[in-house]
Amino acid sequence: MSDTHAQSTAFVRETMLPAKPAPVTQTGAVRWLRENLFSGPVNTALTLIGLFFVYTLVTHFYPWFRHSVWNANSMAECRAAITASFGDGATGACWAMIRERWHQFIFGFYPPELYWRPIAVFVLLFVALAPVLFTHLPRILLCFSVVYPLVAIWLLWGGSIWPVTMVAVGFVLGWLMLRLLSGVGSILAIVAAVVVPVLFWVFAVGPLDDALTSVLPLAIEPVASDRFGGFLLAITIGVGGIVMSLPLGVILALGRQSNMFLIKTFSVIFIEFIRGVPLITLLFVASLLLNYFLPPGTNFDIILRVMILVTLFAAAYIAEVIRGGLAALPRGQYEAADALGLDYWKAQRLIILPQALKISIPGIVSTFIGMFKDTTLVTFVGLFDPLKGIPDFIRADFNWKGIYWEPFIFVGTIFFILNFSMSRYSMYLERKLKRDHR
Amino acid sequence: MTEPHFERDIDRSHMQVSDEIAIQINKMNKWYGQFHVLRDIDLTVNRGERIVIAGPSGSGKSTLIRCINRLEEHQSGQIIVDGTELTSDLKNIDKVRSEVGMVFQHFNLFPHLTILENCTLAPIWVRKVPKKEAEETAMHFLEKVKIPEQAHKYPGMLSGGQQQRVAIARSLCMKPRIMLFDEPTSALDPEMIKEVLDTMIELAEEGMTMLCVTHEMGFAQAVANRVIFMDQGQIVEQNNPHDFFHNPQSDRTKLFLSQILGH
Ligand SMILES: Nc1ncnc2c1ncn2[C@@H]1O[C@H](COP(=O)(O)OP(=O)(O)O)[C@@H](O)[C@H]1O
Ligand SMILES: [Mg+2]
Repeated sequence: MSDTHAQSTAFVRETMLPAKPAPVTQTGAVRWLRENLFSGPVNTALTLIGLFFVYTLVTHFYPWFRHSVWNANSMAECRAAITASFGDGATGACWAMIRERWHQFIFGFYPPELYWRPIAVFVLLFVALAPVLFTHLPRILLCFSVVYPLVAIWLLWGGSIWPVTMVAVGFVLGWLMLRLLSGVGSILAIVAAVVVPVLFWVFAVGPLDDALTSVLPLAIEPVASDRFGGFLLAITIGVGGIVMSLPLGVILALGRQSNMFLIKTFSVIFIEFIRGVPLITLLFVASLLLNYFLPPGTNFDIILRVMILVTLFAAAYIAEVIRGGLAALPRGQYEAADALGLDYWKAQRLIILPQALKISIPGIVSTFIGMFKDTTLVTFVGLFDPLKGIPDFIRADFNWKGIYWEPFIFVGTIFFILNFSMSRYSMYLERKLKRDHR
Repeated sequence: MTEPHFERDIDRSHMQVSDEIAIQINKMNKWYGQFHVLRDIDLTVNRGERIVIAGPSGSGKSTLIRCINRLEEHQSGQIIVDGTELTSDLKNIDKVRSEVGMVFQHFNLFPHLTILENCTLAPIWVRKVPKKEAEETAMHFLEKVKIPEQAHKYPGMLSGGQQQRVAIARSLCMKPRIMLFDEPTSALDPEMIKEVLDTMIELAEEGMTMLCVTHEMGFAQAVANRVIFMDQGQIVEQNNPHDFFHNPQSDRTKLFLSQILGH
């Protein structure tokens, strides 16, 4: 065999060379260090400076953590314990406060015997989120996701079950209008789907509620909004804001792209106004101004008000993020949808938004994370947020007067865990969608 | 001049032009702002015609065929497709769009949907065909364009030629009576052009009414019954392919032919 080749060609490889292992300097930790930390004089200098900083920080803070006290009933006991063990002038963390008051950071002033209700709401949140977040779960689970918000509201605030049921009935009426009238005309259907539920809520709920309550008084113990605080408050406002701001943001983004002058102008003004005003201003609007516009005597819950304004705030940002996603789609996608005869809403729902939202995921999640952290600003309208409201309340107790860093570290850690999970989920989603479509 | 070169003979038994009018365009004008793109276009297309539209870049070929399914709006004159006049009436536009299929230069498949979903989407949502039936139709047309085995892949996994054949199948799933092609092979590598042209020839053999903007003059000679030459927004010359290529009348046509066919 080699003979035949030898005659006609100058060189033919008969056996392929096996791959050899790379030299030590090209593999493992040594290579990593060389490439990433010591690849040149500048890089080496930066690495050393960095190491110095890390060293200083650690040696500075480590003793404070090492002197932690977990068992004490007051700041004074903490200090005494630290002095006793580590001598005069030693400082240390007084985690005993967290140990004693952790429930206030989590639940605020929610009645302790009813803690099971927020806990149930929190656990159910994941049940409701699962089919939304992980698309391979059976679609039937989405039914629960749809009713979850009302279940959550009822469990958190308690009271009679009929008002929330009436809200649900209103939504069902709106949906029925949309289904029944969409054959007659899409505009008519949309108007009816908005007007009928509103009329129902305004006029029918009161009498119906009374009637039903007298027949079947199904109620659990009510909890007023001023009992909410800490992470219960932050998560309630945050999740409510997230759930409501995404659809609103989508509508605003589409409105901004609309050919219809009024819709476009309204969307632009709304978005630019909200983005131009600090959130705190809007929160003050929620707590003070709305009262002037509402008929006297209406009891419009402060948490609901704050949630609405936080939603509007986040929606404006989300609208801009989604607009970026819409702009990134090639014109050809719109044209292909048009050419196939899909109308505007179908084209948006089936072709444009799935792609635009996918592009916008990182921006949307950033907005959510920002919004969740911003819920701490509700402290300025007198609500007990976990970062300032609750610690200030605890410091007002003579026993814990003067405690400073511990609540920040504790609350900061929880915020970090929650936000980091959101960020990881968004990365998972991006990867998954990329994998699916390529 | 290069002669058309297709491996098989073309079956002309179904390529019959009927008297029925498919598209009627009267004195149609269009402007982009101040720019007069289409000037006094008069064109009648009978059912079963296979028309190739040629002309230099920027002459308004794309704009003309995009007016036929109202991707572009004309400002004066009349366009009547299958007896329905295109006006701002959305009902008419939807009706025309569901009768007229369009294939684009850059395929414009929906990247987030599988090939099968690309093909069933419009039948399900526009024609309200049950899902199962839509899938059967889709598989039928995917077999026709010879890629049934790709049905569950995403467009990004296919070659350009395959994507363009999917795009043709996607249009066919709506059972259109007229097909518009806007430079369907211009974005393809040379070795893929033929597979797309073959698909288009098969369609012509079945008697589909077709308007193709293309520079594939071999295709024009093989299947077109009429070639239209456009320049500066006007129809300069139209003729049967033989006379168009061998006996062009206007100087602009001659110049164009000499440029694209070589000497
Ligand atoms: N959306 C648009 N706005 C303004 N001018 C356009 C637009 N689309 C096309 N044109 C112009 O109209 C002319 C005709 O374009 P087109 O129909 O795409 O030509 P062709 O397809 O023959 O190359 C070109 O000069 C082009 O620059
Ligand atoms: Mg063109």
